[in-house]
Amino acid sequence: MAIGRSVKRVDAVAKVTGRARYTDDFFIPGMLAARYLRSTIAHGRVKKIDTRRAASLPGVEAVFTYEDVPRNKFATAGHPYSLDAAHKDVADRLLLTRHVRYWGDEIAVAVAENDLILQEALKLIEIEYEAYEPLVTLEASLAKGAREIHVGSKNVIGESHYAVGGKIQDALAGADVVLEGRYQTQICQHCHIENHIAYAYMDDLEHIVVVSSTQIPHIARRIVGEALGLPWGRIRVIKPYIGGGFGAKQDVILEPMVAFLTMKLGGRPVKIDLSREECMIATRTRHPFEVKMRAGANKDGTLVALDMDVLSNTGAYASHGHSVAGAAGAKARSLYPRAAMRYHARTVYTNLPTAGAMRAYGAPQLEFALDCIIEEAARKIGMDPVEFRIKNVARQGDADPLSGERFESCGLVECLQRGKQLIRWDEKRAALAKRRPGPVRRGLGVACFSYASGTYPVCMEIAGARMILNQDGSLHVQVGATEIGQGLDTIVAQMAAETIGIPFEDVHVVSTQDTDVAPFDTGAYASRQAYVTSNAVFRAARELKARILEHAGRVSGILGGELDILDGAIVHRGDASRKVVSLREVALDAYYDKQRGGQLTAEVSHKTCTNAPTFGCTFVEVEVDVPLCKVQIKEIYNVHDSGVILHPAMARGQVQGGAAMGIAAGLYEEMLIDPKTGRIYNNNFLDYKIPTVVDVPDIGCEFIETYEPTSGYGNKALGEPPIISPPPAIRNAIWDATGVQINELPMTPHRLYRYFKEAGLL
Amino acid sequence: MFNFKSYVKADSIQEAIGFLERDPEAHLIAGGTDVLVKLHKAKGQFSHLIDIHDIAELNFITRNDEGDLIIGPLSCFTSVAESTLIRKYIPILSEAILTIGGPQVRNMATIGGNLCNGVPSADSATPLMALNAVVSIEGSHGLRQMPLEDFFLGPSRVALEHHEILTAITVTRDNYTGYCGHFFKYAMRNAMDIATIGCSALCKVEDDILTDLRLAYGVAAPVPIRCKSTEDNVRGRRISSELLDDIGQAVINDVRPRTSWRAARDFRLQIIATLAHRVVKQAIMNAGGTIQ
Repeated sequence: MAIGRSVKRVDAVAKVTGRARYTDDFFIPGMLAARYLRSTIAHGRVKKIDTRRAASLPGVEAVFTYEDVPRNKFATAGHPYSLDAAHKDVADRLLLTRHVRYWGDEIAVAVAENDLILQEALKLIEIEYEAYEPLVTLEASLAKGAREIHVGSKNVIGESHYAVGGKIQDALAGADVVLEGRYQTQICQHCHIENHIAYAYMDDLEHIVVVSSTQIPHIARRIVGEALGLPWGRIRVIKPYIGGGFGAKQDVILEPMVAFLTMKLGGRPVKIDLSREECMIATRTRHPFEVKMRAGANKDGTLVALDMDVLSNTGAYASHGHSVAGAAGAKARSLYPRAAMRYHARTVYTNLPTAGAMRAYGAPQLEFALDCIIEEAARKIGMDPVEFRIKNVARQGDADPLSGERFESCGLVECLQRGKQLIRWDEKRAALAKRRPGPVRRGLGVACFSYASGTYPVCMEIAGARMILNQDGSLHVQVGATEIGQGLDTIVAQMAAETIGIPFEDVHVVSTQDTDVAPFDTGAYASRQAYVTSNAVFRAARELKARILEHAGRVSGILGGELDILDGAIVHRGDASRKVVSLREVALDAYYDKQRGGQLTAEVSHKTCTNAPTFGCTFVEVEVDVPLCKVQIKEIYNVHDSGVILHPAMARGQVQGGAAMGIAAGLYEEMLIDPKTGRIYNNNFLDYKIPTVVDVPDIGCEFIETYEPTSGYGNKALGEPPIISPPPAIRNAIWDATGVQINELPMTPHRLYRYFKEAGLL
Repeated sequence: MFNFKSYVKADSIQEAIGFLERDPEAHLIAGGTDVLVKLHKAKGQFSHLIDIHDIAELNFITRNDEGDLIIGPLSCFTSVAESTLIRKYIPILSEAILTIGGPQVRNMATIGGNLCNGVPSADSATPLMALNAVVSIEGSHGLRQMPLEDFFLGPSRVALEHHEILTAITVTRDNYTGYCGHFFKYAMRNAMDIATIGCSALCKVEDDILTDLRLAYGVAAPVPIRCKSTEDNVRGRRISSELLDDIGQAVINDVRPRTSWRAARDFRLQIIATLAHRVVKQAIMNAGGTIQ
């Protein structure tokens, strides 16, 4: 049995020994380098540009500007294509722009023998701007008469709303207590280790090959085709190992440009390797949200109403645009499905770096606001915050009040109960209640979340799996889903081994996705792959197993239906100890017996039409040093219901990595912007403060294992969720410790100072 | 890739001075942890390099017959922090240095480079200033010495002529004997960070009297500074919690922090005052004092 065991990752040795190949490890003789000329204003228009001096610098192959690129506006979001025009991603980009929309916008691109020549070449480009007022805030962008960042947009890219559970006004009017609050989240960075990098070349006169550090090779192929106005079949995208993405590579960023450049240069290989500084301004960020909330609760602890109003800041270009705020809203319904709820969201263009997909896709922003007001409601009616949540959160058998989809598995109440035990909630609260406040204070906090296991019913969810029984009885598996460090290849091998009945070690997973070869799958995002891909892998494995048994029947003379596969051997179904024939013998026979032989393979493309909600919570104890405005986490636990845990060690790794990223978003990380110019102050790792190994505490992690019947192996999403609940849990613990409610992120010393000062603590 | 235009390697102080005299655009590079960052940002003025990393006569830590400690400026942070002499006689310097960067940075970065880079956040500067360290400077006109305090002229400006090199950092015996200290770096994270405020306190305690206090701050002014008026006001006073409160109040008049996008002035003042209280308290306790 391979499922549920912490087997050795299939890529462990390759990665630990440094043999795994990433995009930059491939080299083609004659490869050229390219670099963007980036704007030094945040908003305006290029009046004049002169590239002649740069182009004539020895070693420079070409310089292109906005005048040279195709006129096809394209969208970059890594979503499946939509046949519904109203649901299509907003196509608001060209490869290069004359209209500057953020500090660092891409005006021209130079190609040269190497990067040093490029640095010199870019300095020689003469440029004259007409500068406009940078619209850095939502207020400025939405102000009457504000210049449109994209003509015709009114600076609003999308708007949506829903209402469930009756009239919100009535629910609020009938509630015993009504709370109101405003909350603000920050711009965060993904901080994947491998920066964005891609190169392209042509092997013939028609096809363009793009090698890229991407989460979404099949989507990238389509978008390159759209951007260049080429049939999609002429584009081939190859994804080798990648050094993390967290959503920043669920977007098409460099691929269309390198494809364009190789086409312009007669098929010569051209590479763009962004620096960290570029990556931090010119790829993607997390949308900051401004959330207005109202909540109504009754004295008996029932949450009766939630009214949510979101303004999401998408920056200069659409990317995932309004989808993020839309998706965030859906998560509230699966968390508190029995309350009356209204959700309204608008997404706004500003002259900031472009926001896109980032781990948990809007949920951390909304959940922060939600858990702030839930905490306040609990305290207002005088109920223990954990008990209040337990009383109101989703339970098995509840349904999404909008879609009517039933929650087949839900262990959130158990998660909350377990977390409470782990942190010794009651005991510590009793002790804290007796303590006199000094300069250094302790507090306890809790927060919980719901998330999804894919994008259905908003997007099409296809996954493909192909299996080939090799001559030696081992198995090759190819999926379209992508390994991006999360361990997908290992999980796929476990699934195949489990269903067919062969040893895990006999499963070989093809890690690279090449859109010319790999089965179709839209890629790594929405925590979907282990859930959606499991359905394809399970079916392909089941089909292959049936074929193997059928052939084993021919070989052994025993009816296939009376046989089974156990640990790589064909055995009697009723008596596993009776070995009939080895899998290797069956495989050799299938490949080489001229009469009854025939290759044993299976290929399945499966469309998943369910989406299991996944749940969890964070419990935290903090110590707040009031005069130094510092928060130290003394204990923290994430408890998750992600269905069946397929690989406990990797699952813990996901939780610890995600919770650490949550702690970072709660206490450390934010992009800082000059409000006057729109220039980014801290696009480097000295000034953008990722916590280090000595800042992140030990993170306790447990699972409440439920069984989710809609997935192949009972599992649900786990990739993104661990990041969601740490920030509000920490915030609630700070409130518990100091009596001060911090309603914005991150809760850095600078911000705490301001709040503590206002509260009279300093 | 770095875009530097010339590179020479010096094997002695005299050779390095010679290279400096010949190239008015040249910059010295030792551990490279500051210079390479500047090169990475493609600052043209750092494209002529004289590598002094391997000048053996500048890499030493000794205690002479008079008991003075002398540190060669090319000593890397790791060797200073781990030196038995430093840990025995001026442990505050070791404490401060161990807050810099991470192990890899401390293996490369040199103490002389940290001082000559001249930034107000230099973590090795405040403990050395509290110790009344003196720097030796050699150039084409010979050798001169000055208190470290006078060496810092402004942000990224130190009292070195173009042809001059820092050759030694000296802490005389009388400046450490009988003193105990404490260092605290206040930053946004606990490693790999630049100080928001750095604070060094050195004190002498006799019979519950604070007979001497030396208090130095980083990032509290355009250069690392000593809080002389505070020190003068409290010298000779009896140790008490009121004394600590007074020190916390008094330092505000000695410092000149500014608002930048990294931190606001009022926030820095809050930290400065809190650290005055806490760091001096710890220094007094290290010196055997008790606070009523």
